[in-house]
Amino acid sequence: MPNLQIFLVRSKLDMLRLVVLMLLLIPISAATLTLVGSAFKWHGVSELFGINATAFGAVVAEPGFWKSVSLSFWIGLITPLIALSVVMIFIAAFLNSPSFKWVWAIMKPVLAVPHAAAAFGLLFLIAPSGFIIRLLSPEISGFLRPPDWLIVNDPAGVSFALALVIKEIPFLFFVTMAALPQTDLRRTQIAAGYGHGQIWSWLISVFPAVYLQIRLPVFAVIAFASSTVDVALILGPVAPPPLSIQILRWMNDPDLAKGSIAAAAAIIQIGITLLALLTWWIGEHIVLHLARMAAMRGWRFKRDLPFRLFVGAIMAIAVGLVCFGIALLVLWSVAGVWRFPNALPEIWTFKSWVSQFQNLVETGWRAAKIAFVSSALSLMLVLANLENEHRSNIRPTRLAWWTIFIPLLVPQIAFMGGLSVLFLRLGIDGTLWSVVLVHIIFVFPYVYLTLADPWNAFDTRYLDVARTLGKSDNRAFWEIRLPILLAPVLGAFALGFAVSIAQYLPTLLIGAGRQPTITTEAVALASGGNRRLIGTYALVQTLLPFVFFALASLVPKIAWSNRRALLPTRMGQ
Amino acid sequence: MEQQAGLTPHKDGSIIMQNNGGIKQNNDGLVLQDVKILHNDKHLLGIDAAIKPGEVLTLMGPSGSGKSTIISAIAGFLPAVFTCSGTILLNGKNIANLPPQQRKIGVLFQDTLLFPHFSVLQNILFALPPGGSMAKRCERALSLLDDISMVEFADRDTDTLSGGQKSRVALVRVIASMPNALLLDEPFSKLDADMRDSMRQLVFEEARRKQIPTLLVTHDPEDAKAANGRILTL
Repeated sequence: MPNLQIFLVRSKLDMLRLVVLMLLLIPISAATLTLVGSAFKWHGVSELFGINATAFGAVVAEPGFWKSVSLSFWIGLITPLIALSVVMIFIAAFLNSPSFKWVWAIMKPVLAVPHAAAAFGLLFLIAPSGFIIRLLSPEISGFLRPPDWLIVNDPAGVSFALALVIKEIPFLFFVTMAALPQTDLRRTQIAAGYGHGQIWSWLISVFPAVYLQIRLPVFAVIAFASSTVDVALILGPVAPPPLSIQILRWMNDPDLAKGSIAAAAAIIQIGITLLALLTWWIGEHIVLHLARMAAMRGWRFKRDLPFRLFVGAIMAIAVGLVCFGIALLVLWSVAGVWRFPNALPEIWTFKSWVSQFQNLVETGWRAAKIAFVSSALSLMLVLANLENEHRSNIRPTRLAWWTIFIPLLVPQIAFMGGLSVLFLRLGIDGTLWSVVLVHIIFVFPYVYLTLADPWNAFDTRYLDVARTLGKSDNRAFWEIRLPILLAPVLGAFALGFAVSIAQYLPTLLIGAGRQPTITTEAVALASGGNRRLIGTYALVQTLLPFVFFALASLVPKIAWSNRRALLPTRMGQ
Repeated sequence: MEQQAGLTPHKDGSIIMQNNGGIKQNNDGLVLQDVKILHNDKHLLGIDAAIKPGEVLTLMGPSGSGKSTIISAIAGFLPAVFTCSGTILLNGKNIANLPPQQRKIGVLFQDTLLFPHFSVLQNILFALPPGGSMAKRCERALSLLDDISMVEFADRDTDTLSGGQKSRVALVRVIASMPNALLLDEPFSKLDADMRDSMRQLVFEEARRKQIPTLLVTHDPEDAKAANGRILTL
């Protein structure tokens, strides 16, 4: 374990970091070992599959296997490619425009929308019987019945990728905005002064520095898109599905022999994600080379106005799809009779809410409990770590930084698959605390990522002043640094809460079906297709994180209403 | 005043300042004996000086000469890349190895660094040594504010004050903590020219009235002139 060594030596065998390291790495290593173990254990009944004696052979022999693999691979690449391009070009084109702050204001609530809810909203919007076609029918389209089109669950995964793109755009937007203050934006003006177009100026002068900072989140998007389960269950292709869904089917198969096939497929899934990351990495170098060549040749790309407007429109559509989708969740949740092609329900009713009330409250409350505890514990761990870094005057090494993010770079289906088997053997599956523990693994990196920059940007001379005034380090922490950083601390908590609420697979697998939350219930409804029920569950799923985002932005404003220097408008952003 | 500061080239070419503040060793005040500051194990500067209660010693030097580093070393929050050796006697007691909390040394920085989440009064209450009823503490804080004619600003948000007002509150805050020595790190440089003079008078008068040994570091000769004490040049 040479890596571990460096980590420990640099941080002087710091207990706190050791705890975090164990929290993040032990489950991953254990899960991987479990996977490898069960994948290779299976040798039996070669005649059952006829071709291969190993689980890997069985996986490859599965009809549609290569289609599943290529689907996961291309979704994993196209999602970050489109989302990143749109975000970067949009920021390049509109950062200094007066309307930018409106986009930024709407982006935060959009970020809080869980993936599953956004996918359901999109489904209600673009499906053949969805809102858009209803609007056009029958007057324009002539349809009296929903057309027989494969818009959703299409075999190529276009609607699936679209759902991922509209959710990753706010995420990449958010991390980019967090990275911006560390880059001198006047570089753009210099480049523009040489006659470079606005977008090109940004791309050659600011983007390289910003990209270095958001690279990890981009990698996380690749890993997520290439292995996601919940969005795939809602909008993804069915036969064959993305590999992650195929793995889930094997895992849930009553035939226990399928367990090792699932494990082998999970290892292949890790390989696909790695391949997607590698391809992206090669792509980075090609783009870098091409951009450098264009810059050295002195190309200016001066006339980019049409392009700017185009990207602006794409951004508006992406945000609009999420917002309209949420509106449709509301409509369906109170819809009684709503026949095609009527644009609005003919009868309005709260029947769905009333009939589901008890289960909504129960599963919503459980999701909130898990999210609150896991983000509170993550926040405490992050704060303890940051304060510890400050007091012992250490900075996380690159390696430590990557370690924190490993859980976001390993495909969840593989990681959780292995871990759930392990938890089952240890007899700790299906408890609320094991779910909380696993949520922390995914919440902690996001809380750390959001809080580290504002925390470290704090002017530590305030703490020096407090100390010369005779106050202990603890009092300086509680009475000076924490209250001044109230807004970013609550913001990080809210993001952690949203991340936890959105977790489908860890909740399902580690909860072993005994800890149903609003999210697992909502996604489970996907196969049934009861839109009224989906509307209520997905809406509650959206509202939970939204409440905390709203509180996180309101509380500091109220608490510091007469402290001008601490109002968000003055704190940047 | 007799000029007793001496600068001698150190053997590696850097400079050591020597100033014994009179031959007779006096236990009161701030005494720096053979204080040396190393930057990544390389000698940066050394200082020997004695500052009597109520005296203001000015340390002059251009930016980058390590003036602020001396302040950090004496106050006890030297960044980790630096190391400091030597003795720092405050009223006869060596404080060189104490954490900043126990040194009882007040610092005024270039920025006022008023806590943005506290009101004017809360800033001063935070600085007052612990003890006494809340009513007594408020009374004390208000009387300190009265000294600078700012009682009516007690409940104000510090961000709404003018630059000069902020500086005065910062001064009162450090005085409230009853320091045994005062370090001034170019506290006048960011003030408007017309405010600067009155602020200088206020600070130096306060130091003399309270008999606090004071070290001023600055690059502005006007500051040194106003301090009207001994001057060391880096």
